[in-house]
Amino acid sequence: MQKWIAQRLSRRKVLSGSVAAAGGATLAAFTTERRATAQAVHQSHAQSANTAAAAPQHAHGPMITVGDVDNSKNGFDPTAMLTDWEIGTVSQLPDGRTLRTFQIAGQDKEIEIAPGVFFPAWTYNGRVPGPTLRATEGERVRIVFQNGGSHPHSMHFHGIHSARMDGVPGAGMIGPGEEFVYEFDALPFGCHLYHCHALPLKRHIHKGMYGAFIVDPDPARHAEQAAAARSRLLGTPENKEWQEFVMVMNGFDTNFDNENETYAVNTVAHHFMKHPIRVDRRRPVRIYLVNILEFDLINSFHLHGNFFDYFDHGTTLTPTLKTIDTVMQCQAQRGILEFSYRDHEAGSYMFHAHQSEFAELGWMGMFDVREVTS
Amino acid sequence: MSEAVPTQSALRPPRNWTSLLWFVVPLLALGAAAAWLSGSDWLKAFDSGAPPVEKVTFERMILDQDGIHAKVRVGGSEPVTIAQVQVDEAYWTFTQDPAGPLDHLASAWLHIPYPWVLGEKHEIKVLTKTGTTFKKDIDVAVATPKPQFNLLAPQALLGAFVGIVPVVIGMLFYPAMRGLGRGGLDFALALTIGLLIFLFADSIKEAVELALKAAPSFQGVVMVCIAAAVVFLVLFMIGRRHGIPTGLALATYIALGIGLHNLGEGLAIGAAFAAGVAGLGTFLVLGFTLHNVTEGIGIVAPLVDSRPPWPAFAGLALLAGAPAIIGIWLGSMSYSPHWSALALAVGAGAILQVIVEVCAYLMRNAARAGGNWLSPSTLSGVIVGIGIMYATAMLVKI
Repeated sequence: MQKWIAQRLSRRKVLSGSVAAAGGATLAAFTTERRATAQAVHQSHAQSANTAAAAPQHAHGPMITVGDVDNSKNGFDPTAMLTDWEIGTVSQLPDGRTLRTFQIAGQDKEIEIAPGVFFPAWTYNGRVPGPTLRATEGERVRIVFQNGGSHPHSMHFHGIHSARMDGVPGAGMIGPGEEFVYEFDALPFGCHLYHCHALPLKRHIHKGMYGAFIVDPDPARHAEQAAAARSRLLGTPENKEWQEFVMVMNGFDTNFDNENETYAVNTVAHHFMKHPIRVDRRRPVRIYLVNILEFDLINSFHLHGNFFDYFDHGTTLTPTLKTIDTVMQCQAQRGILEFSYRDHEAGSYMFHAHQSEFAELGWMGMFDVREVTS
Repeated sequence: MSEAVPTQSALRPPRNWTSLLWFVVPLLALGAAAAWLSGSDWLKAFDSGAPPVEKVTFERMILDQDGIHAKVRVGGSEPVTIAQVQVDEAYWTFTQDPAGPLDHLASAWLHIPYPWVLGEKHEIKVLTKTGTTFKKDIDVAVATPKPQFNLLAPQALLGAFVGIVPVVIGMLFYPAMRGLGRGGLDFALALTIGLLIFLFADSIKEAVELALKAAPSFQGVVMVCIAAAVVFLVLFMIGRRHGIPTGLALATYIALGIGLHNLGEGLAIGAAFAAGVAGLGTFLVLGFTLHNVTEGIGIVAPLVDSRPPWPAFAGLALLAGAPAIIGIWLGSMSYSPHWSALALAVGAGAILQVIVEVCAYLMRNAARAGGNWLSPSTLSGVIVGIGIMYATAMLVKI
């Protein structure tokens, strides 16, 4: 028996060693073999496999989903979602203000939320999370919402608006085939979200009806912090210096027992382990972080080897928490993270929920920090 | 009449051919119905858009230095695709052998390189393509015993201790029983009936419990009932070739029935080893031994009238006790639950046969003596037999 325990211990050492990326040739061969077999099972996904994925997957060992999700069939890619801002169409109101119009369609759609696992989702514009709507502080925003789904839906924005525009039953809740136009001023600036407020709320949220809603500050309104405001305002030269990513922390209850089977940012479990986010070492990083996880009380974001400044709800231009490496959010809480790898060496830096369970069920990823020569 | 014979024989070949045809026509009709059903798509009218029905049953779990190996069997209206595997609420890489979607009733091995922890609990969960989950608990993780020669000997010793030793001890009552006279013998036979009734109930219960763990398509409970009934009928027919079995023949049937039950008991002990749920203490082994002593008394009860040679006793003891050894060997290799259920059902059928035959033997003895077979003496024998078995079983059922 003792001999046997000794064998176990040495095996455990080998496995933890693999996490440290220091595995020997034998171990590397073992991992490669596993990977090859796993991909053979999911042959249809093989072509979408990112070549950059190989190194971190080796580093991570066997605690991961097998295969890869078919992004083209899903119609969205979690990596592309990090940066594809939906800015709508812009026109001028008679009083000279800017009117920004968004078109959103509710749609039932089966999506692949982990390799080979399909979920009957309710979506905005066929994707989960829905499009990241981005406007500027003080603009008039108009959202034309058409419900093409099979259930009543709405769009409830976290922002300042009238009761008539709240997207709750009796105020902007529409049945299948109907249309509603939400209109309000984009206030306050910050990192916000929208979600369906149809009842039961829990079901409508965990089925996938949510998205980020970002209001950039208007530098003209913040004279004393104009530089900070300009760096947030999409399209300015100061803003172009930043590497901005939107991360919507979510999960899926695939067997409908009111507990999540998968966790992720931007829907697909383990996506950013297999497809690390490329980061230029010298440019700062800004993350718009939104928690819309259902069933679990809280969610969190933890960054490895680095610290960040945190702007809760993004409604201030000075950090609400300075120099932290873990932040906790309840459902619908959100905020902005700012950090940089300027003083770091290039390499793979992990980030994940610091609820180990969430991390091990898919909510983990890697920043692939690189030297970019211009 | 003499004219009719050639007419009949002339008619016979075409009639045979026609009757053969009438065996073919229904089969052709069935084929045509199946072809039409699969060719047309009117069944789609019943398609409600609901996801397919899926079932994944875990049949065997093997834990070794490479991790966890699970044998799963699927059932479903469509082929089942196992998409992901979680161990203790963490996604884990796995390989499936054979790979790909699994058809109804197909089985496959899932190899999961998971660093399980000795003596602790683990939970395996598979997610199918539809997101449905199927769970299996490993209550206490221990390495699954491999069929190794150095383990065979201690396992055989254990089997002998719970199977052969108590039967031999029970048989040692034989000389004492010979001195009991008619009333005493009837009591001993009634005691045997009681013990067999207990074993029958116990076998059926164990078989049904295992059958419920098997893949639903095997219709475990039905399988248990049918297997028991068939074995009963077959043994009953064989036993009655030369009339109601008595003496050594009856003792042999009792030994066979008890032997088959001990095979099931051995499977259970072996499976408990494999699953790591049994720390087999001295107390538990002694409990099994005590429990099975009554079996030895039951086997020799019909022999009180005759005086069989020594080797017959040895043969009976082996027949009744040795299957426990084989059971432990097989059971420790973590066999699929439907096989264990089948073994127990066969045992139940065999026990039912000897219950009937011992009753018949008692009745015949009573008829010769001109009395009723169910006297206060025999009834109390039956009740005492059941009572002893039930009470000693408390020592081993935890």
